[in-house]
This record gives sequence, C-alpha cells and structure tokens, in this order.
Amino acid sequence: MSEPSTTTWHPSPSDFAPKPKHKSADAITRPAMSYWQDAWRRLKENKRALFSLYLIIGLVTFTLAGPYLWTIDPSAQDLDQIGITPGANRNVTIAPAYQPWYGPTNELYYDDDNALGLTLVGDATSQAVRLAWKSTLRGPGSAPYSDQFNHGYVIYRTLFALEPSDAFGLPLMETKNHFFEDRLDLQPTDYYYTVVALDSQGLETGQFATIALTVKRVITILEAQQRGLTKNGAVVEGDQIELALHPFGTDYLGRDMLARLIYGGQVSLFIGIFAPLLYVLLGVIYGSIAGFMGGGIDQLMMRFADFAVALPFLLFMILLKVIFGIGPGESGVLPMLVAMVILLWPAPARLVRGQILQIREESYVSASQLLGASTNYLIFRHMIPNTMGVILVTITFQVPSAIFTEAFLSFIGMGVAPPTPSWGSMCNDGIKSMLTRPHELFFPALFISITVLAFNLLGDGLRDSLDARMRNRE
Amino acid sequence: MLRYTLKRLALGILTVWFIATATFFGMHAVPGDPLSSDKSTTAKIRANLEAKYGLDKPLLTQYAIYLKNISQGDFGISFTQENRQVNDIIKEHFPISAILGILAIVFAALGGILWGALTALYRNRWPDSVIMFLVILGISVPSFVIAAISQMFLVNINAFAGTTILPVGGWGTVWHMIVPAMVLGLSTMAYLTRLMRSSMLEIVNTDYIRTAQSKGLPKTRIFSRHQLRNAILPVITVLGPAIAGITTGGFVVEIVFAIPGLGRYFVEAIQQLDYTVIMGTTVFYGAFLVFMVILVDLLYGWIDPRVRINP
Repeated sequence: MSEPSTTTWHPSPSDFAPKPKHKSADAITRPAMSYWQDAWRRLKENKRALFSLYLIIGLVTFTLAGPYLWTIDPSAQDLDQIGITPGANRNVTIAPAYQPWYGPTNELYYDDDNALGLTLVGDATSQAVRLAWKSTLRGPGSAPYSDQFNHGYVIYRTLFALEPSDAFGLPLMETKNHFFEDRLDLQPTDYYYTVVALDSQGLETGQFATIALTVKRVITILEAQQRGLTKNGAVVEGDQIELALHPFGTDYLGRDMLARLIYGGQVSLFIGIFAPLLYVLLGVIYGSIAGFMGGGIDQLMMRFADFAVALPFLLFMILLKVIFGIGPGESGVLPMLVAMVILLWPAPARLVRGQILQIREESYVSASQLLGASTNYLIFRHMIPNTMGVILVTITFQVPSAIFTEAFLSFIGMGVAPPTPSWGSMCNDGIKSMLTRPHELFFPALFISITVLAFNLLGDGLRDSLDARMRNRE
Repeated sequence: MLRYTLKRLALGILTVWFIATATFFGMHAVPGDPLSSDKSTTAKIRANLEAKYGLDKPLLTQYAIYLKNISQGDFGISFTQENRQVNDIIKEHFPISAILGILAIVFAALGGILWGALTALYRNRWPDSVIMFLVILGISVPSFVIAAISQMFLVNINAFAGTTILPVGGWGTVWHMIVPAMVLGLSTMAYLTRLMRSSMLEIVNTDYIRTAQSKGLPKTRIFSRHQLRNAILPVITVLGPAIAGITTGGFVVEIVFAIPGLGRYFVEAIQQLDYTVIMGTTVFYGAFLVFMVILVDLLYGWIDPRVRINP
C-alpha cells in the first residue's frame, strides 16, 4: 500500500481489470518428503548425532569384523607376556636351556655394600635369578664368623623400591644355605630382593641386605620354536627376537586384550542392542493391544504393567539370574537377555499405549475416518508411523542402560560366566589390578563409555529429528 | 487429596504383595535347595532341618506362612548365619545404606539444581559447554569405574600428603561418607543437571517470565523468584525413580568402598544363596522403593498445586 497521494487520481478502466493469476504461488516447489526422509535430513544436520551414528557403526563393525582381522583366541594365554602394558618392549634374548644350580662353585666377589654381602650370581633373567651371600653375622662378643651362628635366612622379593618403613615384600623361602635361586613367575621388570638373617629362635634379626636388579627376558630355542617365534631360519643363543604382538597389552592371565575387547564387545553390544529391541517390541505389542482394546481389558492390562514396573529392577535381575542359573560351559548371555525382557517390557508398553490413546484422539485420525479410511489404513498410515519415532528413540535410550546393567551384573559377579569376556567383566577383572596395571581397567571402561555416550547423543539427535512437533521449527 | 493418598497407599500395598509373591515363587524355582549345600547330612538331620525351616510343608502352606510372617514384619532366620534374624540384619545394615543414600540424594539434587541453573544462565557460553561436557561424561562412565578411579585418586592423595586425608574405604565417621556419597550421587546429579537445564530454558519462554521482565523486575529477582522455583518442579518428579537408582547403585559403591551396608550384604547373600536373606532383602527394598515413589508423588502434589486435582 502506498501513501495516499495528494495529486488527483484519475482511474482508468484498466485499473479495474482482474489481475493475472499467480500460477506458481501455491505450487509445491520443494520435493515432497516422507516422514523418514525428513527425519534423516534433520539428523544429518546434527553433527554430533551423525558422528555418534558413525561411531556406533564403527563399534559394531569392530566387534563383528574383528575376529577375522585379529585372529588371536581371546582365552589363549601368552605366558611369556602376562599383564603387559600396550607398547611394552617385546624383545627377548635366546638363552641356553635351564641348568639346575646348586650354589656358587667358584670363588665369588661378595658385595661389600650391604651387611650380608648379598650379590647377584650370573645374569638376572626371566629364567632364574641367582643370589648368593656371605654371612657377616658374628656370635656373641667378637667371636669370628662360624657356621654355628647360622640360624638361617629369609628371602623376600618385592616390585617396589623399599622405604625404611616398608615391609620387605613377598617371603619366598627360608633357608640355611648361603645362596638362593628364584624361578617364581619372573617378569622383565625391576625386583628388590631382601635377605634377612634369623636368630637362634628363628626370628628375624636386624641383619638384612637388599639388592635391586632388573630382570632380562630370555627364552630358549625350543620354547621359541614351540611358540612360532622363529619366523624364518634358525636362531642361535644370544639372538634378539620379538615376542607375539599384543597391541592393547594382556590381562592378568596373559590373554590378549584386543581379542578380549572384540569378543567382549560382541557380548556387551549383543545384550545392549538386542535386549532393548526385544523388550521394547514386547512392550509395543502389549501396549498397542491395550490401547486399541480400551475399556476393561486396557485397565486390567495396565494394572498388571503397573505391578511389573514396580518390581525393583536390579534386585529381580539378580534374582532371575539366580533362578535361571548358568550351566557348565554356558556363557550366561541368554539368561541375562531373558531376564531383561521379563522385567523391562512395562515401561515401553505404557509409553506406546499413551501414544496410541493420544493419536486416536487426533483430528487427522478423525478426518481420515470421515474420509472412509479402513482400520488397516489407520493403523499402517497413522498409528505406526507416528509411534515409530517414539519407539525408536526409546530403544536408543534403552541401549546405554542395558549395557550398564550387563556391566553392573558382571561387576558383582552375576553376569556372563568366565572365560566368556564382556566389557563389564573385563572391568571387574581390571579393577583388582588397577594400581599396577591400569590398562586392564582403562580399555574396557573406555569402550563402555564411548558406546554409551554415542547411543546417548544419537538418542538426543533422533528425538529432535523424529519428533513431529519439532518439524518446521528451525 | 485424602482419597488419592489412600488409593495410592492401597495400590502400594498390593504392589508389595506382588513383589513378595514374585520373590517367593521365584526363589522356589531356583534349582537346588538351601540345604543341599550343607555338609553331609543324613536323611534324619535333613528332615529335622526341613522341619525347622518349614520346608517339609506343601508349597502353598509355605506361601501362606510366609505371607503371614511378612505382614507381621518377620522375614525369618538366615540360612547361612545360624540363629540370626533377617530383621536384625536389615536393622543393622540398612541405616548405613540409608545414610549413604540420603547424602547421595542431597548431593545429587543440590548439585543438579545448581549446575543446571548455571548452564541455563550461561547458555551457549563456556561454563555451559564445560558443565555439559562433564555431565555427558558423568552419564556415560559406569559407576564402578568412577568409584574405582576416585579410590585410586584417594590413595594417591593420601600417599602424597603422607597422612590419611580422606579414608579410602570402610565406614564409621563422616569422613568415610563423603567420597562414596559423591560417587553414588554423581550419575543422578548429571541426569538432574540436564533436566534442570532444559526445564530452565523452557521457562525462559513462558508468559509469566515475560510479564516479570516487562514489569521491570531486576534480573536476579526474576531468576530466583520465578525461574528457579518453577524449574525445580520437574526435578522433584524424578527424585522418586532417582531414589530407586541410588539404592541399587549403592551396591557397587558399598562393594568398592567396603561399606557394610545392606546392598553389599544382599550381594553376599546372593553369592551364598542365603534364601531367607535374599527374599527378605528383596521384599524390604521393594516395599521401600514403592513407598518412596508414593511419598515423592504426594510431596509433588503438595508443592505443585496444578497436579493436586485427582489424576
């Protein structure tokens, strides 16, 4: 509208002619989009959700394709490399076969630095650590050293540098000899050995000596051949070869962490994805029947759901696991799945029933009915597409809680049975040794966290993109 | 209101009966029986034991006795700990779990409201991003991992300080409670923070806030009188389910921090298949949770007049 002008206006007949019709004003120029196309478009705009979706696809691929790419058995033990951290030194020296040792035969130079003259004989290798000492313990007065004052010694070993207030560590042996050979589970790290002299009552005296040494990893030719480490050609003593590769390290039993993460992921993701899928499906069937039927049946069905929803979930989860039991050789995955389905269907059932009741009252359903739509058309055209979004979001948000439930049960020892790995049971194992080997806890915890995070973010994104009310609201 | 309360209470009692029934028949479906693990029992001893625990009677009679005992608040005698009443076990261990749970709830609610309000105030600025990142982390990391990491942290701090600043485990003083309660409340706090944030942001767009703004009220007053008080309402609704989550989450924290609460006792009873303790604890916890949810719902009706109409 222009301002009324002050100049006089002479209308002409053309001013009263009808305007040309705007043919394109109400034309649909943008391509028609179905509900799912639109939802996908919106999801694609949400970078976090999209990234989470790719992450989930990646994790599933990792667990499914993993066994073909990384063919190590998750329950096989690598006894040469127990509890090693990722990227640990894998070098090993070929050594001659073990020969029994009956004490030092030739004259030794005993260490003068410590009271007992504790000294290392030969090399400290993972085959054996050999110690010898010469007692400087004297009898009463200044009586010279003689064997009659030798009441024996205790040998201790520990992994930590000794402080004055510390205990000596693990007692290995009590002996009257002046030498000791340690072959107990030697790993290539630093060890601290302590020898304490005993008095006539067999009690520890103040006479002790400590020695720090670094154990070198060795392997015999035979062992190397048995474990397939001599890739090509012969090896001779003194050669350096490499032990089997464990990119994520090994656990406290020497099992490959990467293989266990892959197989554990299969268990965790299987439970995490299929349990919600099953119980949400059950809930959808139950809830939609109740919603469609209405009246007394609906009331009855929903009262039962109210009871079932009031069961304390984790308590009954544990109870059901006890009831089902785990037979020998079973992994316990299926009982867990069944228990979850039994206990968790009511919440989605209530949700779907609410949705159905709500949609039944929508004006577009009435309009559709007025236009003569059949029940089938109503169900497949209106009810299902309009509840699918909510159901999908529910499933996505249930996945993290299912994964947590599996982890929780495995943590308190009610989960999958060993040796089947799951991320939860790996965490449980890892916690026991978290001070010395944190990687055993770190990796499974990381995988659980990433998975849960990805499903949470994807759920957020799905909720935003599938919610019809959010459409056209940019 | 009174009718509603009574109806809820009646439904609650029915629910507890349902829980008790499910527990009873569930436990009787467990393969093996409580006496099978005993040392070599002759048929005579076994019969005596069965008579002592009433296991020789038909199942339905046992069920009737069980219901009668439960209605009188008697959960029976422990199977593995001779002559120890389940009631005594609950009496001894539940207060510890309850204190821990209450502390955790208080921590979670206060923290959730505070952080949620902060994120809403600093929406899309760095405090919002930092807090929401931590929240996502709190939701995504399993509670036992957080418990273990915090314990490791305590060990290192104590080692660094040379003395025990905060105990790593056990129970007894207030100092023992702080870290476990925080760990226990953490995931609930993260959840409440998210809820509080969205509820705060929803309220910014309401008419009464706009009215308050156009009246020229100072920002702090709008925030404290109108925004915060109304945003807290949805947080209170989820406190009921949150109590349930914290009670069961207490299992893990009690195990990791060596706290002699009922949750840890329950897990031990499960591992030893102590039938009466398992049943008693389950029914007790179930009843506790059911009535807690009812209590929170009633509380909500009292706080928010809009829901007081008969639902």
